[in-house]
Amino acid sequence: MIAEQLAGKRVAVTGSTGFLGTALVERLFRSVPDCELVLLIRPGKRSTVEQRAKREIFRNNVFDRLRDELGDGDQKVGGAILLEQMADRVHVIAGDVGTDGLGLDEAGRELMKTVDVIIHSAATVSFDAPLDSAVEVNLLGPTRIAETLHDLGATPHLVAVSTCYVAGNRRGPANEELLSDSPFHIDVDWQAEVRAARRTRADFDAESRSAARLEEFRARARNELGAAGTPLLAAKTEQLRTRWVSEQMVEAGRARAASLGWPDSYAYTKALGERALDERRGNVPVSIVRPAIIESAWSEPVPGWIKGFRMAEPILISYGQGLLKEFPGVPEGVVDVIPVDLVVGAIVAVAARGPLADHEGRTADDPDYVPPKPDITQVASGTRNPLQYRTLVDLVSGWFAEHPLYDQKGQPIAVRPFTFPGRGAVERQLDRYARQLGTADKVLKSLPLRGKQAMITAEVEEQKDNVERARGYVKIYGAYAECEALYGVDNLVALHASMPVADQHTFGCDPSIVDWNHYVTGIHLPSVVEHARVKTVGERSDPDARTKRLKKRVLSPDRQVAAFDLENTIIASNVVFSYAYLATRRMPPAERMRFMAKTVAEGPSLLALDQRDRTDFLRHFYRRYEGAPVELMDELGQQLLSDHILTKAFPAAIRRVRQHRQLGHRTVLITGALDIVVKPLAPLFDDIISAEMTVKDGAYTGELKAVPPTGEIRAQALRDYAAEHDLDLEEAVAYADSSSDLPLLDAVGFPVAVNPETRLATLAIKRGWLIEYWSKADGGADKALPFGPPPSPRRSRR
Amino acid sequence: MADTPKSAPRPGFVLEVDRTTPPILFHHGEGFRMEKLPVGRSRVVYPAEPLHGLEDPEGAIADALANPIDDDPLRSQLRPGMKLTIAFDDVSLPLPPMRRPDVRQRIIEQVLDLAAEAGVDDVHLIAALALHRRMTEAELRHAVGDRVYEAFAPDGLLYNLDAEDPDNMVILGHTDHGDTVQMNKRAAESDLLIYVNINIVSMDGGWKSTATGLSGYQGVKSHHNVHTMRHSKSFMDQEKSELHKSNWRQGDIIKAHGPKVFQIETTINTNTFGDTGPLSMLQKREWEWSMRDRATFAGMQAGLKRMTGPQKRKVFQSWRAPYEITSVQAGEVEAVHRKTTENVYKQHLVPVQGQTDVLTMGLPYLGPYNVDSIMNPILVTCQGLGYFFNLYRGKPLVREGGVVIMSHPTPWEFNPVHHPSYIDFFEQVLADTTDPVEIERKYEKQFAEDEWYRHLYRTSHAYHGVHPFYMWYWASHAMQHLGDIIIVGGDPRAVRRLGFKPATTLQDALEMASDTVGPQPTITHLHNPPVLMADVS
Repeated sequence: MIAEQLAGKRVAVTGSTGFLGTALVERLFRSVPDCELVLLIRPGKRSTVEQRAKREIFRNNVFDRLRDELGDGDQKVGGAILLEQMADRVHVIAGDVGTDGLGLDEAGRELMKTVDVIIHSAATVSFDAPLDSAVEVNLLGPTRIAETLHDLGATPHLVAVSTCYVAGNRRGPANEELLSDSPFHIDVDWQAEVRAARRTRADFDAESRSAARLEEFRARARNELGAAGTPLLAAKTEQLRTRWVSEQMVEAGRARAASLGWPDSYAYTKALGERALDERRGNVPVSIVRPAIIESAWSEPVPGWIKGFRMAEPILISYGQGLLKEFPGVPEGVVDVIPVDLVVGAIVAVAARGPLADHEGRTADDPDYVPPKPDITQVASGTRNPLQYRTLVDLVSGWFAEHPLYDQKGQPIAVRPFTFPGRGAVERQLDRYARQLGTADKVLKSLPLRGKQAMITAEVEEQKDNVERARGYVKIYGAYAECEALYGVDNLVALHASMPVADQHTFGCDPSIVDWNHYVTGIHLPSVVEHARVKTVGERSDPDARTKRLKKRVLSPDRQVAAFDLENTIIASNVVFSYAYLATRRMPPAERMRFMAKTVAEGPSLLALDQRDRTDFLRHFYRRYEGAPVELMDELGQQLLSDHILTKAFPAAIRRVRQHRQLGHRTVLITGALDIVVKPLAPLFDDIISAEMTVKDGAYTGELKAVPPTGEIRAQALRDYAAEHDLDLEEAVAYADSSSDLPLLDAVGFPVAVNPETRLATLAIKRGWLIEYWSKADGGADKALPFGPPPSPRRSRR
Repeated sequence: MADTPKSAPRPGFVLEVDRTTPPILFHHGEGFRMEKLPVGRSRVVYPAEPLHGLEDPEGAIADALANPIDDDPLRSQLRPGMKLTIAFDDVSLPLPPMRRPDVRQRIIEQVLDLAAEAGVDDVHLIAALALHRRMTEAELRHAVGDRVYEAFAPDGLLYNLDAEDPDNMVILGHTDHGDTVQMNKRAAESDLLIYVNINIVSMDGGWKSTATGLSGYQGVKSHHNVHTMRHSKSFMDQEKSELHKSNWRQGDIIKAHGPKVFQIETTINTNTFGDTGPLSMLQKREWEWSMRDRATFAGMQAGLKRMTGPQKRKVFQSWRAPYEITSVQAGEVEAVHRKTTENVYKQHLVPVQGQTDVLTMGLPYLGPYNVDSIMNPILVTCQGLGYFFNLYRGKPLVREGGVVIMSHPTPWEFNPVHHPSYIDFFEQVLADTTDPVEIERKYEKQFAEDEWYRHLYRTSHAYHGVHPFYMWYWASHAMQHLGDIIIVGGDPRAVRRLGFKPATTLQDALEMASDTVGPQPTITHLHNPPVLMADVS
């Protein structure tokens, strides 16, 4: 019996927070009650390994069944008992298979000396991992474990989890044998591959720092964020640079894998990892388990259990949602899917069986035991119980036809039958669509759109993302769908057959038990759809639900301060308009005409300067106030309120300011507009931070006292303000309309985009910010040009 | 005009609609609808034709000042060194604004001449606007004339009342009913307060001029509330108006503790659209329209169809009515007002027999609170259910549980300068409830004491924060009395927000009304403006 074979043993598991690892821990914990577990977990950025273990493993719904059993139906009681038992049976140690020596501390090393079995399931399973990180984890990971054990003088049984796809892209049988024994073996020096991968990273990093590349990243950052100010643009540029390097590394991995005949860098690094392990295993007895594509559970702990959104799931959901209309593949090909519980069963059975006897027939207990070549067990369904691609597609489309997903309007989404196009055709189709969207995006971004119109751009952006994702799936998974290797499972079947009947129930791993029809339509799809939180009922969802939720958060009494931009956030106007009003208010008619003509002519160049650098623009523009008498400006400022500001104001914005005040939030207006212009708005806010000009002899000089609060200065102004009044920026709300306000919006916990222009609209949607569309009151006097009314006719006083 | 002998104006009357009755004119905001009313059960109440104006208004004014009622001649009350304050009605009167010279200008010029002769040099002129918006320079010039404006305004002696100026408002006392009497400090401390009034409807004038016009929120809220308005049946009928009674009680306090008041009241006729000119057919009876009237009207309708909202508004708002003065009386407030009321009734009252199931009304483009502005949905409510509904003496024109059908485009539009608190009232308060009592209890204080509205009232041209509430209270008697309220041709969203029912055509509205009042209801159409007051027996 497996439970007895492993009783009293200490089993270490790497990768226990992953899909397979979590299932493994659960099964060992539940079905092998007398073993101890050592979990090697990588410390998180903000959490300890103990916290990770609890949160990611023991609180996962994989333990629901055990909690139920322990608590006699009461999950809470069961949970408490589970945590008690966990304290008794589980040791959590910090470790990382990506670093030499596994990053163990002394206690960890001591503990590792005492383990009887190590199940290594840690891997970068992402199919589009950068080459070097795949190499570090997948290629070097197993070797590092073996070498660490060697250092510690320990020789536990190492069960390394690999993948069937190490066999590479080929047709025909791929048996349970070491790669070096395969006739298709290509002899590559794995150490040279490691060096090359590391060097490739350095090369791309160097290239990313070249002047031409940096210029390109800067231009892209600017295109995305607009005039958001140097600090934000710099941060974005650096982000684009590192992302570019990472993308190059992904591409390099894919290319290198393809060049050697593997579908992707995952299979390629895993394959070399097996080879490296074989070479460096020393006295450690090694067994290798190679699963195919692992999917949701057939029966253990419950049918349909799955963790994370994995390989096939996004494709299935995209298909159900009508986003992905075609997927490449050969209809008569075999999709080698294997339920996770069968893989777990095989791994536990291999661990319980222990290392194979050596060529002299000595077992591991024998002091003269010399570990033999690693034994291989493939856990795959393709040869014993094949699922044809066509069958799968029929089952999936049939199921979605009966259980459609629904769109936002509450209408069922119809799925189209597959036509099984080649990979090239699908890619070409997606490329064409992506090009069209790219053009639309460029055109839209060059237009001065705002508010709801700007949202069209955001929609195009979303479509672009969808297409990008679909392209990604096709690129990454297309190779798998076209892979026609048949994975031999003789060892697996023998393993299953060797179990007592009771163990076959608990740890069975014979793929022939899977009824694909039931598995796909009765277990997997319902589970995936539930997991994906998509709409499965035909009621119209409240299109404003999200907005309402966000608004509620913004207007929670917990918020402390609300900062507002002025132009296009509270009023549909700008500094040029205010100036034009003030300047013309007292002009005689002839001069007014000249002034109007001049201002209209200057418009485009002023606009261009404004878009380049707001601060420079304001400084340049405010020079015009030179010599304006302070007293007259005060009087005119008051008239400006009624004649100009109020007619251009957004009543909803003004209402929002007052709502914040009623809730006890401090309200502050932070604007690059002049104090004389915004002074009439003073009673609306608790405080106003604006640009101020210096005064000489009762007249303005046209020079500013300080850098006007725009861009990053505005964010700084809010930070200073918050510090001064002891306010928490995490509890702050900021309202602004343009990407030049990004520093301000980024600085607070609750950013709100008001009538956003295209770039900000796109960003706001991506980041899930509240977006408000505020408009002027219909019924304000609508003047095309913002000039003051002419002075009223005056008769001379008698 | 005064030289040509004119036929005696015909009184108002009630027309029973029969098969020969042509379609009836319904005002409809900045436009008109011609509606065929059901034969045999409909009637139309027509206003009287404009009474003849005084042949010599200047002489009549001089006479009134020299021979006041129950008071000494004005000249004898003026002396050097005295503090004199002249308060006058604001831009809400008359409607539409009248052609120059305005009545107020005529009177104020004469008063000022008398004051100058008597050596009075401490004179202030105050636009008694209470919680209304401040008048613009152009509006003040129009009301008092350029001569007066330029003599006083530059020195700060002619100004709008600021009822939220804490330093310049005083409480004169409280009545035994608990009404607070508040007044502008300068007016209260004057040796003589002269009030220059224009009486367009019977609610205006009397103690309301000073007790309300020169007061602020503290004083006004004594009677501008749901309880008072629901007990004023109607507020146009002094005998049965709680609003009137409250103002008169406040008058007693002014008499006891306030300044000496010299009240000058004037009445004007209903020559709203002119005997000749482009709008003259609007004050004619439809079957008397000449070919020329019909052609002009058809042309106007065609023209309006092509105009945008703001364009139409501009055209209509520029109309200046050729009103003529029908009487001037000066002296002691109450005695003067009795005379004024008589004169108002002479022009306005139309005897009507019995109530109706359904009352229809066509609301015009203008009410007291949207001069040079938009009649927003709240003002539409006040215009129809406040002013028009209350233009009755005796019993309401429509029976209890009956239906009012109003015709107005009711756009979801607001003037952001004049009506900022209306926007919030509409978006926030009415979205919550339309019940006047609930609104008063839950929201009035918050709006009345709001700093931002106060700021806009004092420095810009905004109605006071509380003003939209008064519009709603004004309609509260009607809302309580009626079974249903329908607006024809309005923005359905806005109409629903008001708590009323939208209908596309009058036929639909009548159909809907019969759900409430039963089939084949009696219908009465109030053919207003020109203004009329139904004397229902």
